[in-house]
Amino acid sequence: MKRLALLLPALLVVALLGGCGAGGQSGGGGVHGSIRVFAAASLTGSFTALARQFEHQHPGTTVQLSFGASSDLAEQIDNGAPADVFASASPTNMRQVVQAGNAEGSKPFASNTMEVAVPPANPGHVHRLADLARKGVKVALCQPQVPCGAVAREVFDNAGLTVHPVTEEVDVKSVLTKVTLGEVDAGVVYVTDVRAAGRQVTGVPIPAGVNASTQYPITVVRGSDNGATARAFEQLVLSAQGQRELAKAGFGRP
Amino acid sequence: MTGAPRARRRTPWPLAAPAILGLALLVLPLVGLLVRTPWRDLVGVLGQAEVLDALRLSLGCATIATAIALVLGVPLAWVLARSQARGIALLRSLVTLPLVLPPVVGGVALLFAFGRTGLLGRWLDSWFGITIPFTTAAVVLAETFVAMPFLVVTVEGALRAADQGYDEAAATLGASRLTVFRRVTLPLVRPSLVAGAVLCWARALGEFGATITFAGNLQGVTRTMPLEVYLAMQTDPVAATALSLVLLLVSVVVLVGLRDRWLSAGAR
Repeated sequence: MKRLALLLPALLVVALLGGCGAGGQSGGGGVHGSIRVFAAASLTGSFTALARQFEHQHPGTTVQLSFGASSDLAEQIDNGAPADVFASASPTNMRQVVQAGNAEGSKPFASNTMEVAVPPANPGHVHRLADLARKGVKVALCQPQVPCGAVAREVFDNAGLTVHPVTEEVDVKSVLTKVTLGEVDAGVVYVTDVRAAGRQVTGVPIPAGVNASTQYPITVVRGSDNGATARAFEQLVLSAQGQRELAKAGFGRP
Repeated sequence: MTGAPRARRRTPWPLAAPAILGLALLVLPLVGLLVRTPWRDLVGVLGQAEVLDALRLSLGCATIATAIALVLGVPLAWVLARSQARGIALLRSLVTLPLVLPPVVGGVALLFAFGRTGLLGRWLDSWFGITIPFTTAAVVLAETFVAMPFLVVTVEGALRAADQGYDEAAATLGASRLTVFRRVTLPLVRPSLVAGAVLCWARALGEFGATITFAGNLQGVTRTMPLEVYLAMQTDPVAATALSLVLLLVSVVVLVGLRDRWLSAGAR
């Protein structure tokens, strides 16, 4: 009982302070409260950092992050998932959300190019892109239906190569996993994935002349009940500060 | 008390209410699927070569996995039920572990065992040049790993519940231990054997996580129906529901067909 008596005033003070904080922020453009950001899996590192920076710059805000395959996220949003911001790894999945009437339009904020990832031991002796077409080299690609698979095939077309993968994975992280586990000799992934994997994989660069890229668009989801904060987060991603953070992870300019 | 017999027949409401709720929980999502299915496109979906490939692969692999589970799992169930050896309780919980393991983790575990750099796979690769991942054999292996525990647990439960007096009677009449197992024990647990095999087959048919992680995803080789459904989900959710319905229909037809045969055979 005694402890409760001590706790109550403390709780009251906290509640009052919290109220003040929120009130003060709403005076400054309505940036307060919590937002949910749905972002492509490849943005995990940079968006986690940007969310922390956002919360620091706007006290009283919380950014909840949900990472996944862009196609899954788009599907969730179209089925009524409570997202405030959507950042997609391809214009296709963004279009899906816009066409369903769940966003007005979108802005490109980054681009990503491809790289070959091989296990550190390099069992397939892969040193150039053309090695992927050699017989006996086990290659993992994304399925052609997902962005990383479509872009990888564009690269092969540009280089005039025919590659027969041993597996077509559902997303880029699964391709990377097969490489880090050493089950395949090479996988074609995004530049940012090779960088994020650190020493677990070795990157074999693809010549700029044949490389292809994908655009990352961002939008505020219609029906967001915290539009002001959602727009502020979108602004942060598009700002010089946001672009610096994305460049750190290996993303290119949109 | 003339109403007593009728009252006894009626399901008491403390049972009926949760039973109805339980039924709704299981059936409502399926109704949702049926409502959203584009019935007119169903035939077109079935005609696609890659769908037929996936269906053939799914049915084949699930059946082989069930056969392997029967050959290995029934003796395993017998050992777990009848052995007096120490540590059998530990063994029993090990066998049920794949039931609680998230299938994706199961797939990674299979890679660690049978993959190119795995415990056993390393030697298979360097001695015989055999690599299991990304082959149809890997699909069967993944499905067996995930589905066999269902069979083992079901049959083991029946073996423990079965009256061992019949086994002993047969033994005193001079039957060898193997004959007792074949002619007395197995027929006694037949219903559970059938139930276990059906559960195992159904679980193998729907297997997704371990398959995609361990066996990969390639048309005609490792892309089973659940993988095909997931693939369709990425581009055309409506086609995905049509595909899952095909899988549902095929399994219902097979299960109902088998059930009639087994039941009539069991009644003889």
